[in-house]
Amino acid sequence: MEATVIRTGTEGKTWGGGNEPLKASYGKMMMWFFIVSDALTFSGFLAAYGFSRFKFVDSWPIADEVFNHFPFLHGVDAPMYYVALMTFVLIFSSVTMVLAVDAGHQMQKGKVTFYMGLTIIGGLIFLGSQAWEWKNFIKGEYGAVTTNGGNILQFVNAEGERVSISDIAVPLASDRVAMESSSGVWFSEGESLPSVSLEEVKAGFLANDNLLIRTQLLDEKGHKTILSREESIQKLNLEGKGIVEGANLRQNEYGVPLFADFFFFITGFHGFHVLTGVLINILIFFNIILGTYERRGNYEMVEKVGLYWHFVDLVWVFVFTFFYLV
Amino acid sequence: MAHSSTQTHESNTKKIWYVFILLSVVTLVEVILGIIRPAFLIQNDFLSMKLLNWIFIILTLYKAYYIAWSFMHLEGETKGLRRSIVWTAVFLISYLIFILLTEGDYIFEVFKNNHVAWDF
Repeated sequence: MEATVIRTGTEGKTWGGGNEPLKASYGKMMMWFFIVSDALTFSGFLAAYGFSRFKFVDSWPIADEVFNHFPFLHGVDAPMYYVALMTFVLIFSSVTMVLAVDAGHQMQKGKVTFYMGLTIIGGLIFLGSQAWEWKNFIKGEYGAVTTNGGNILQFVNAEGERVSISDIAVPLASDRVAMESSSGVWFSEGESLPSVSLEEVKAGFLANDNLLIRTQLLDEKGHKTILSREESIQKLNLEGKGIVEGANLRQNEYGVPLFADFFFFITGFHGFHVLTGVLINILIFFNIILGTYERRGNYEMVEKVGLYWHFVDLVWVFVFTFFYLV
Repeated sequence: MAHSSTQTHESNTKKIWYVFILLSVVTLVEVILGIIRPAFLIQNDFLSMKLLNWIFIILTLYKAYYIAWSFMHLEGETKGLRRSIVWTAVFLISYLIFILLTEGDYIFEVFKNNHVAWDF
């Protein structure tokens, strides 16, 4: 019956392998092995993120400006509210998980089922939120001009508020058309055109005296440096190279490209853990309903997936701090 | 057999809710500090890191402690198991962080002070 608990027939025989100095079952021990090694993987990611951030310490994007969306509040600056909500959801699903484990100790099948179900729902809400966060990040909001040196230039008005490049650009007559495979025999694929061209942004920038350029450099107070009108024009003419809207693995409109790379890899890797966690939780959920653990006589399996689920929560606590707060 | 004699089978529901409220409050404090960003915490440094960042990191470790000890039930495990988990991870991660951050800061200095340009 006890499929997960190995008996060797040596119980109580200290020198026959029957001694259990750590008083943990095989399965639980292996889960801890996995968690420690997985913690090191995540640390590798986060420490590499720290490395890159220290390397660009004077020009790193400000998280409050990047992640400031909230559902149904368009155009409202809501720094971190959404990610705080996600954090609460994950912490709460951790709580329902530990309540399920607790109910398992009392052998209360109904309660375990209920709390396990809540945990799964919490995990799904978190995953959905993360997808939404990614969507906003990838889509971008204001757009920026890329420079020859691989930096980006953002635009602000006289009050220091961000202005989007599509608002700046004045339409110019040009023959820019996105190439499609239907119009060329040898054409296989190509990048789609940005919604405005660099020339259009330049023309619009010169026409409006209110506009200034904001570089990536941070001043002593931790704000991005805003150039004077003359410096702005010079900078744009000398260094402007192209347009970037939103974010991908090569460039992003928020600043240092590595910022987006690490965002995608770290939150993506964490999201993948949440996804597998939800899948495993669903398996366990059905086992609970089928009465597998009731028959086995213990709910240790719930405890083991619980360890994994708490670990995912633990990692998120660190990702939250280092990506959104610090 | 499964959970051995070290663990009691009485309900810990009260403690669980207590930890949940604690974690929520700490998160809330972090978020509020992150939104307000009080000037004196940003302008003052301790060991070349902003006071605000120290607060964030300490609060994070505080939360991590509660998650590991209470939710992951490390407090109920034997001392040997607990130490092999915590000490191993803490040692390796501290070492990794120390070495990578030092190196990152060095590269920053090189690009800042030497005749090498990021931005051309």
